[in-house]
Parts: sequence; C-alpha cells; structure tokens
Amino acid sequence: MSADHDGANLLEVRGLTKIFGTLTACDHIDLNIAKGEIHALLGENGAGKSTLVKMLFGSLEPNSGEIFWNGEAVRITSPGMAKKLGIGMVFQHFSLFEALTAAENIALSLDDGSPISSIAAKARALSFSYGLPLDPDSLVGDLSVGERQRIEIIRCLLQTPQLIILDEPTSVLTPQEADKLFETLERLRSEGKSILYISHRLEEVKRICDRATVLRHGKVVGHCNPREETASSLARMMVGNEVKAVVRAPAEGIETAAPLLEIRALSRKPATPFSIPLKNINLNVRAGEVIGIAGVAGNGQGEFFESVSGEVLQQDAASVRIRGKDAGALSITGRRLMGAAFVPEERLGHGAAPRMKLSENLLLSRHATDGKVFVGTGGAVKSAAVYAAAQRIIVAMDVRKSAPDPEAAALSGGNLQKFIVGRELDRSPAVMVVNQPTWGVDAGAAAHIRQALIELARSGSAVLVISQDLDELFEISDAIAVMHNGELSKPLPIADATFEKIGLLMGGAEPGHAEHVLETA
Amino acid sequence: MMRLELVKRPQRSMLFSALSPFIAFALTIIAGAILFALLGVNPLNAFEIYFIEPISQVWQLHELAIKAAPLILIAVGLSVCYKANIWNIGAEGQFILGGIFGSAIPVLFPGFEGPLVLPLMLLFGMVGGAAYAAIPALLKTRFGTNEILTSLMLVYVAQLFLDWLVRGPWRDPQGHGFPQTIQFNDSAVLPELMPDAGRANWGFVFALIAAVLIWVLMSRLLKGFEVRVLGSSPRAGRFAGFGLNRMVFFAFLLSGALAGLAGISEVSGAIGQLQPVISPGYGFTAIIVAFLGRLNPLGIVAAGLVLALTYLGGEAVQSALGISDKVARVFQGMLLFFVLGCDTLIHYRIRLVGVALANGAAKLNAAPKLKEAR
Repeated sequence: MSADHDGANLLEVRGLTKIFGTLTACDHIDLNIAKGEIHALLGENGAGKSTLVKMLFGSLEPNSGEIFWNGEAVRITSPGMAKKLGIGMVFQHFSLFEALTAAENIALSLDDGSPISSIAAKARALSFSYGLPLDPDSLVGDLSVGERQRIEIIRCLLQTPQLIILDEPTSVLTPQEADKLFETLERLRSEGKSILYISHRLEEVKRICDRATVLRHGKVVGHCNPREETASSLARMMVGNEVKAVVRAPAEGIETAAPLLEIRALSRKPATPFSIPLKNINLNVRAGEVIGIAGVAGNGQGEFFESVSGEVLQQDAASVRIRGKDAGALSITGRRLMGAAFVPEERLGHGAAPRMKLSENLLLSRHATDGKVFVGTGGAVKSAAVYAAAQRIIVAMDVRKSAPDPEAAALSGGNLQKFIVGRELDRSPAVMVVNQPTWGVDAGAAAHIRQALIELARSGSAVLVISQDLDELFEISDAIAVMHNGELSKPLPIADATFEKIGLLMGGAEPGHAEHVLETA
Repeated sequence: MMRLELVKRPQRSMLFSALSPFIAFALTIIAGAILFALLGVNPLNAFEIYFIEPISQVWQLHELAIKAAPLILIAVGLSVCYKANIWNIGAEGQFILGGIFGSAIPVLFPGFEGPLVLPLMLLFGMVGGAAYAAIPALLKTRFGTNEILTSLMLVYVAQLFLDWLVRGPWRDPQGHGFPQTIQFNDSAVLPELMPDAGRANWGFVFALIAAVLIWVLMSRLLKGFEVRVLGSSPRAGRFAGFGLNRMVFFAFLLSGALAGLAGISEVSGAIGQLQPVISPGYGFTAIIVAFLGRLNPLGIVAAGLVLALTYLGGEAVQSALGISDKVARVFQGMLLFFVLGCDTLIHYRIRLVGVALANGAAKLNAAPKLKEAR
C-alpha cells in the first residue's frame, strides 16, 4: 500500500509492531483506512487483530511504527486521546458497569457533565433513529449481551467519531438485527464516517465491506476487495488452509431413544424487575440428538440456562429431570454428578476465573465429578493429575497459548472457549447444555467446537445448544426451538426448519406459540 | 494544569511483587528518619534503639516471640478472609472474646486443676472467638449487612464487656478492688518454652503451626481453591458449585477461632489473669501483618516478627529517649501505607496528564466534534 498523503486516508498505519516478551503480536502492520469506507480486518484468533486495534485505540502502546491521522503523525497514548481524535470503539468484551443504568454508563464515558436525563433522551433518540432499540433507564446487569452491545454502539455514536472500530459486532445479533446494523453502518458510511470492521463471518464481510486487510500470525498477508473474493478464498487467506466444514452424521433412532434431559413446565419469576420470567417451558432432549434454542438476545435464555444448570434452584424438583431422575432441587454440583455438563455464555468471570491458571479452571467445574482423580484424601488437590488433564484438553481442542499453563485471561476468546468446552467434553457427559458455544470465536475454532458437540451427541449424549447464531444452529441441530419472551416454542425438526420460519418465531410472530408445547406436554 | 491518573499496567512485575514489602519497609525507615530528625533526635541513634537493641539479647528475642505470636495467629486467619474477599476487621473483638471464654474455666472453677484444664481453655478460647465472629457472618448472610462495619463495631462491644466483667462479676474478691480476675492456677497457665532463656510461651509454636496449616489449606486443599475462586470471581465460584454464604461462615469462623486462640494464649501465657485491657491492638495490627505478608501465611510469619519489633521498639524509645510509645503506631501506620502504595503501583502506573497537551491533541481535527458533544 502506498503511503500517500493526499488527505483521502483518514487513518494510515505504517510498520506498527507490538512485542510481548518473545511473541511478536503485530509485526510491521501496514493499514490504510479511507474516509467513508467500511474496512474489514480479518484473521483467526491470535492473528493480532485485537492487539492492532488496541494500539489504534490507545490501550496499548506500539514498540515501533507510525500512525497518521488525517495525514498528521499522532501518538495515541490513551483511549481518551483516541476518542478526542475521533476514534470510537465497540469492544467484543464490553466495559459496562452492571449496577448502573445504560444512560449512566453512557454518561460516564462522555465525561462532559450533562445531566443523565438529557443523555438518556439523546441515547433514546439515537437508538431509535439507528434502529437499535434500547431503554436507557434499564440496569445493565439485567440486560442481555445483545442489548449491552447496543449500549456500546450508542455510547460510541454519541461521541460522533470519524472512525468506528467494531469488534465482532454481529456475533450477538439475529439475522434481522444484523440486517439493521448493516443499514446503520451503511448510513454511517454515507455520512462520510469510516468503519473498521472486525469479523470472522465472511459472508457479511463480503456483503458490507469495501476493502479488507487480512492478518495471519501478526503479519498482513494481503489486502483485497472482499466483493471480488469468495468466502472460501477469504477463509484460505485467513487460516492459511481450508476450513473443515462441519459434518453432521444423520441421527438414527432418535425418536425411540430415552430423553436424558427433560424440562417440564418450568417457570421462573423474574429475579429482578428487568429480567425475563420463564413461562411453562417444556422440552425433551434425547440421547443422540442436538437440540438448538434460537432467540433474540435477552428473551430469557440466560435465565433458562441458570435454571437448567442449577445455579438457580427450582421449587418443583420435577421441572428439570436428568437421566430420568428429578434434578430441579439439586445444585449445579448435584446435577453434574448426575452426568450433566454446562458451558455458560460469559467466558471470563463465569465459565472461568480470569486470574487463575487453566489447570485451576479445569478444577473449577470438575472438582466434584472427578473427585477421585483430582482430589485426594483430606481434600488435597492432586495438582499433577489436574495439570495432566488440562494438558490433555489443550491438545485435544488445539488450544493455543503462550505458556504451559497460563491464566485464563491471557488466552484469546476463542482459545479460552475451546478450553471451556473441552473441559466438559473430556468428561463425556450424558447431558451437555451450552449457551453461545462460539460467540466471538473464529471460523476454525468454531468449526472445531461444533463438530465436537455433534460427535458428543452421536456417541449417545443429549446436547442442548442455546445460540443467537442461526447459521450455527442450522449447522449442528437436529431440531430447533425458539425462545421468545420467556416462552419456548415446540422444536422444529431441522428438515422442516427454514431461516424464515425460525426468524418469525424469534420475532414472536406466532401468537401463543406456547400452547403447542402444552399439547405435547 | 496537571492531573494525576492511575493507569492499569498490562502486566504485573513478578520481581516487584516480591520486592514490594522490602521497598515498603525501606520507605518506612526513610520516613521514620525524617520523623526522628524533626523530633530533634539523631535518627541513627533512634533506629539503633528502636530496631537493634530490642533484639540484641536472647531474652529479648523471647519478648519478640511473645508479641509476634498473637499477630501471626490472627493474621493467618485474616489472610483466608481477605483472600475470599470477606472483610473481617473485628479480630480484636474476637481476640478478647477468646480470652474471656477461655478464662471462664480458671476464673469460675479455680479448684479445677490437671492436664485437661489447658486444652479445654484453648478450645473454649477458639469457640469464643469463632462464636463472636459468627455474628457478623450471620448478619451478612441473612440481612446483607456490611461485615466491615459490623465486625468493627463488635470490637467496642467486646472491649466494654471485658471491662465490665473484670470490674464486676469476675473481679478478684481479694484483689484490693483492682479491676482484674484472680491469678490463674498453675495448670491454667500456658507453659514457657525455655524458662531458663526467656518468657516465650507455647503461643509462638501455635502461631507457627497455624501458619503452616493455613499454608497447606490455601495452596494444597480444595477448600483453599474454593476460597480463592470465590474471592477472585464469585460468579465463577457459583458456577463451580461453591456457596458464597457457606464461605462467609467458613472464613469468619476460622479467623475468629484463630483470633480467639491468640486471645486465650495471651491471657493464660503472657498475662496470667484477665485485665480491663488484654491487647495493645493486636487485632488491628494483624491486618497490617496480613497485608505486609502478602496474604501468604509464610510471609505473615516474617511480617509478624517485624510488626512485633515495632511494639518493642516503641517501648524502647519511650524509656531511652522519652518519645511517646505511640510512635509504634505511627511506624505501623506508615508501613501499611507504604505496602498498599507499593501494591497499587505494581498494578497501576501514575501518569501526569497535562490538560494543555490533551487540548492540543483534540485541536488536531476534532474541534467541531467536541463542540457538538458538549
């Protein structure tokens, strides 16, 4: 790329390098972003995308290299400075205070002392005009991932940036919501704003991005026009070789197999004024099958997961049954001991303790189920056995890391997710419940996780996958049910399911769809 | 206009994490030198009296052990609390209740003698400390109260309760009206380790044993793992199936029991009877010990010895130089201040933000945007 100074480039990056110890995370990166373009940044986990954008946003300082903003050399030393230059960022991991409302969170980042009420009004107006519905007065702690992302986007837009960096923005959206986001992005582009769009979803990159820069192992491997490429040619550039397609072997004899996970008339009152009540949910997951639960973020999936996992107990013990026995009154440990395994939506802080080593995070979910192997007499942890098992999982799931047993927070999102899923698969659980198995995970890692879930089911386990990624659900599910407003539709066998049917259910188009469930119960 | 900002460091330096207590100690010495100089005392002379002389003879080392024992015992218990992100500030009260419970046997049954007396007293002391610590635990788990406030307030209740006991129902009838209980009988007195060399009693051995046991608990046992998980990420702890309420009770009962053991060891070992005041603030100083020892039981043993020395040094400068022994509190306070300061700077770096600079950057091209935003 030529480093021209004709003023058409909003941002120019030349030879940007960041070294962590012995690892060169970014190696002489060149990147130009023109005014009014949507520029894709593609790359696998660990390719250096996050490091690059952190340097652009001022949260990391480069070891060498130059950044030009409107043709002038700048040093971006802090996110505050990036914001002042006109760079806004929507992170994949949100930085919001859960105990504050959406408007209060926005006010904090604006830092200009205007009253909350006027910020809330502005946010509401902006969210409405950009098609990102949001109640500024709701508490962040009660919002779903998708809704939190809207706060981040609106917070970013309120600062009227010239360059907006979006990190995996559609990973939490429905097809319809993603379409709306694309409209928003196209509108921003027509207003002359530039967008740096980080994604692994190649179809959408092809659809909305004008140019793409592909990173691999910290180096730029190419610039291209994604519209002239195919999804597979982009994937090849990104991964360096072909991504294996997920193979879904036909499920045989599912109809007659015993249900290993039964949800019967599960209801739950809202825990807080903002959370979704669960209404009379019924579902059977049989040995050998994968059931997918689709739904727009914030329709009760989180509450449902907590109820099934046992992080929240039920009053009616029969409302959750595992392998034919009542489990509703049992804790998560009790349910694990019955053969169930769980993978929550949030990786850091829920599925894993960020500042603990991977081996310790293995112990986190398996100290009871593998008590004989991992815990000796008198409650002594057998560190060697735990370490060996962690290494086994790391190899089986191809987890990439910089140290033999690093802290969970040191891993990229996709690699940590591979470990968290692998930690449960390693037990060969009879029942596996996964919430958002591949959120923010790159194509290669996602395919690996999905294939592993299918294989677990085909080996005789019942697998329940809650996901907002419809492509994923169609790829791996034998039947798809839809959660809307705390109710669950009857599962549609995959042969009958279409994007349109599922999309309509996700929008709540079928009034009283819970009645169908009642008939089968 | 300049302002200071704390910026989180991407990586913590392992070297400085290890060095932090030593740096803090060095800074305390420097600040102390300034303090002594301002008081008109030659700092070198003062430091010799403060830090060297109190430990230059064997019997003085015994005195050091007597002061260090309760600090270590309490601090290792507190380290478990603080690792679990549970803030027991009331060890002083648990120490006093341990002393009272344990003393109940020799005070109420002065005729009861034999080898059973002492173990029973120690057990009672632990029960007393744990029971008193259970109050803030119960309040926290049942009503969501802040344990910092409740545990701290209960300290004053304990102090006044002890004062009332020794002036009222438990006062020695033959004590000429002095506010104290009878002297404990011989079998109720914690024996000295080496009576020929000095006064140090078995309390110091209890402290070392407790430190080793808590170290094993925290680094080798599943329960210690539970403490660390719940302390660092409670939601992951819940996912692991660990109960936060159970942990609140575990941490409070354990630290309370150890504080109680320290209390009865002090009363039956170093004092030999109950008095209106049985602690020079061990329960509070132990908080400093816990942090100076980096919440690591073995580090706490070292930190306990250092803080014990500040007590002895305070007494020494009072008698030799006529400086108030409150100087010990000043040293303890400075040490805590510098430890916390060093720890903060390991996690964060200070950055001077010049407002002029920031404005300049903004003027580059964001001027219209800023107007809009404001």
